[in-house]
This record gives sequence, structure tokens and C-alpha cells, in this order.
Amino acid sequence: MPDPLLACRFLDFNLPSPLVLASGIIGTSPALMARAARAGAGMVTAKSCSLRPREGHPNPTALDWGGGLINAIGLTNPGAAAEVEVLRATRRLLQPLGVPLIASIFAGTVEEFRQVARIIQQAGPDLLEVNISCPNVSDEFGTPFAALPDSAAAVTGAVRQEVTCPVAVKLAPNVPNIARIAAAVVEAGADAITAVNTMPGMVIDAAAGRPVLSNRVGGISGPALKPIALRCVYEIRRAVAVPIIGVGGVSTGRDAAEMLMAGATVVGVGSAVCYRGVSAFEEIGRELVALMKQYGYPSVEAIRGVCHR
Amino acid sequence: MNRKDVCGSSGLPRPFRLVEVRRENRSVCSFFFDQEMPARPGQFVMAWLPGLSEKPFSLAGASPVRLTVAAVGAFSQAVHALRPGDRLWLRGPLGRGFTLPPEGSRQKLVLVGGGYGTAPLLFLARQAQAAGHTVEVVIGAKTGADLLLGEEFEQMGISPHLTTEDGSAGRAGVVTAVLVDLLAAADSPPAVYACGPTGMLAAVDEVCRQAGAAVQLAWEAYMRCGIGLCGSCEVGEGWLVCLDGPVFGQNPVLNPPG
Repeated sequence: MPDPLLACRFLDFNLPSPLVLASGIIGTSPALMARAARAGAGMVTAKSCSLRPREGHPNPTALDWGGGLINAIGLTNPGAAAEVEVLRATRRLLQPLGVPLIASIFAGTVEEFRQVARIIQQAGPDLLEVNISCPNVSDEFGTPFAALPDSAAAVTGAVRQEVTCPVAVKLAPNVPNIARIAAAVVEAGADAITAVNTMPGMVIDAAAGRPVLSNRVGGISGPALKPIALRCVYEIRRAVAVPIIGVGGVSTGRDAAEMLMAGATVVGVGSAVCYRGVSAFEEIGRELVALMKQYGYPSVEAIRGVCHR
Repeated sequence: MNRKDVCGSSGLPRPFRLVEVRRENRSVCSFFFDQEMPARPGQFVMAWLPGLSEKPFSLAGASPVRLTVAAVGAFSQAVHALRPGDRLWLRGPLGRGFTLPPEGSRQKLVLVGGGYGTAPLLFLARQAQAAGHTVEVVIGAKTGADLLLGEEFEQMGISPHLTTEDGSAGRAGVVTAVLVDLLAAADSPPAVYACGPTGMLAAVDEVCRQAGAAVQLAWEAYMRCGIGLCGSCEVGEGWLVCLDGPVFGQNPVLNPPG
């Protein structure tokens, strides 16, 4: 069998690889996002931006606790107007590489989601990811929109009306029935689903007698999140037909293969950058090709969703 | 690839008990702790004071852990207020440290430190000597009162070349003037290791490039997560100081990542 190909389709895009830089990891500057693309990412996602600039939480903001990472960066971003320039510069760097850019937006109300979407659309992102599931700002913004089908659909519908590019909605893993929420956002006009965001958690230092993160709670990612994410993606794939960006704990080619088998169309990579450096994309891609060859899958299309057959 | 080879197994912060505090100059103290850490010179730790903050510090020693800290902000002032018996939480070692030439190859190394940047070079000098290398040290500061660790290098049998910008001690001027002389006098270019303000590092890099000397530069940056997630410590066109550095084999501002 000739070497399997990583090139694949996602919506109307021809991607060089199914590996996607997940939102919130090094998506802060054009140079870093271009570096991820040169390292083998087939799409890159910018850090979530809000209407106004946010400093984020004080340190400690992220830890490697052993089973994965926990972080509460607190959605640090320069605000939507400044983000437009970051996204434009990033697009210029990505275009020659054939790597689409996903912008990510975040807001506290449906109306504010509209406003941010309208501003970010000026940058012409290839895809707009709607982050309704950040677990680290609930003190300020209350329960994430991703918690209920109605609120998730309300944001999706509002953003859908504002923009012409495809819209992906990023879902939370900590809900009783993620398939219902997926169905609701698809019904409201989502072109794709990103699943999942980090899982809320807490790390306590017994010697100090207090949580380590300054925000006390944070989002769990990395290996501990993988089985949770696989189940979510599997359930979503059974419920809806739209493409899925499957993300959560993918650190190796084997993890990526499992995510595709669960029903992901493409695979997000985040914490692996902390474990393996930016070259994680190249390495995971190489490992994935070797596994596809070993198990007889000639293409990404062939391995997608095999657990559903 | 083993993730420990890449960015260190940072793990969680662990409490280290302070054993000894030593004043180094008018603004800098060294803090000696009760435990060791399997770290290389040039690597850093994130130091946490519960309820206050967490900040990066390069290691001035690892057996036992030693931090040499200038009191410049709220956090470092709180560290200066610690007394023997108090705890400081550390996670690390993090980042890529300096690489020494093979043990027994008996090479000549030049270590160039500016300001607080001299601290990790003390750690490096001890390992270099133990590995059989010959070490020359250049220390620079704004004034004589800001020079750091000169006596400790003396105790190791190394007479550091001193420079001050105001001429109040040692040679008046900057460290690169001494480095140029050392490189010119060398039969073959020595390996150069530098830590200090980024302007100094850029100048050291340029001097070494012209002399054909290999250089390792410990870069400084504003840092938040320390593990390659948040992007705060980016320098140049997409280098992460926490993950790719802090030690670079070239000026990261002038040389973009591949």
C-alpha cells in the first residue's frame, strides 16, 4: 500500500492535514500561528477574542498536574478591533501555505456575540468558531451558553445571521446530553461543531491548603480529557451530520486516529504543544500516517467514523 | 519523543523550605532551599507564593536549589521577606538549559553575565569546572554596587573580568568590549555563554558571530504559564522563551524558527 495521505476535505476546504491548532494554545500572534502551520497544522485557530481587551487571570494560570494540564488563563486577548489586525496578518502568512484560519469569539451576552462576530468578520476568517464553553470565566459571565440547548442555539443563530463565513460552535463536555446540544446548534445554523472545550476541574495544594490556580478552578486538558472527548465526539456524530473538529487530549498519532474513528472530521491539537513543542503537529502527523498504513486506511476519509460502522 | 526532554516534567508546585538567605549586593539576595532539583544551568522554575502570584526565576544552583533574586517588584519583595524556615513553592525545572561541551574535552568557555543575569552562570561555571573545562567569566553591571557574585567566582579560582557602565569598578564600559578582547586573544574561538538584558545578549551574539564563536544565550521574557500554552513569552517571529528557550543558540529576534 502506498503511504496514506493526510490531505483531506473539511467543509469546502482542501486541507494539507486533519490536524488543527486548537484555540487557546499559542494562537496569540501571526508568527506563532504561522509556525504551527509550517510545523504541519492543516488549520489554525486563533485565541478567543471578546469585544473589549482582557488581561486574563493572575498567575498561576496553568499547570501540568500529571494526568494532563489544567489552565485558567482567563481569555486574555486584545479585544475584537485589535484582533482583526492579528487575524489579517495571520491570513497573509497562512495563505501561501494553504492553511485556513479559524477565528474564535467569546462574549457574555447574545447581543455581544453578534457585535464581536460583526467586527471579526472584517478580518475575513475562513471559519468562525463560537466559543460558548469556556469554563474559566463563569465568575464574570455565569453559566456557559453551552450548558443548555436553547442558549447554545440562541448564540449560534445570532452569529449565523451576522457572518457569511461558515460557523463552528465549540461545545462543553460537562453536560448531561451533548448530542441534544449539538442538534440544537445545527438546527440554529451551525456549519460545524468543535468538541470539546476543557473539562472544569480543580487542583489543590495540600501543603498550602488552597487551590493552586489563582482562579481556583480551571479547564482540564491533555490525556485526562481524551476519553471524555472521544465519547462526546462519538455521541455528536450519531446525532448530527455536520463536520466535527474533535479536540481533547490528542497527543499522539494513535490519539488522532482514535478521534477520527469516533467520528471527528478533523482533529484539534492543543496541550500536546506543551508536551512535545510546536513540532507536535509534524510528529503526530507522521505517527498517524504510520498507523493508517499499519491498519490499512489509505486516507483520512477511510478512517473517519469507523467506530460507527 | 519523551516530553521530559522537551520542556521538563514541570509537574505541580512543591513546597521548598528556605534554609539560608545571603545578601549579594544592595538589591539582590540568594535563597538556599532544603531540596535538590534535577536541573541544568539555564533552566528556570516557576515560584509560587500562595495568594500572591507565581513568577519565573532562573536557577543559580540546583544542589541544593538556589535562587538569586533582585527585589524589583511586589513578588520579589515578598520573596525577600522570607526567612529561614519559610516555604516557597517551585515547579520545574522548565525550559531548555545550557549545553556544555562533552565532559573531558577540556574546552575553554567564556561566560558573560550582565546584571542579574550572572546568577545562572555561577551554576553553569560549577558544572563546567566539574566537567574539566576552563572557565573565564565577564561580569557587567551599571555600577560597582550592582556587580553580582564576583567573590564567589574568585572562590572557585576564577578571576572575573569586571565592567561597569559608570566606571565605578572594573573596566568602564560594557561586557562586550572585554569579550572582543578575549576572542581576539584566543587561538581558537571559545564557546561563549551569556545571560543578561536582551540588548546585551544581542551584542554578545553579534560579537561572537563575527569571531566565529559558538554562542548560547539565555533569553528573558515576560512569562505567564511557563509551559508553552499562553503565548505571552513570544520573542522574535514565533519563538516561545519558555519552551524553545530560555537558552537559544542564536539571537531569536534575528533568526525566525524554521
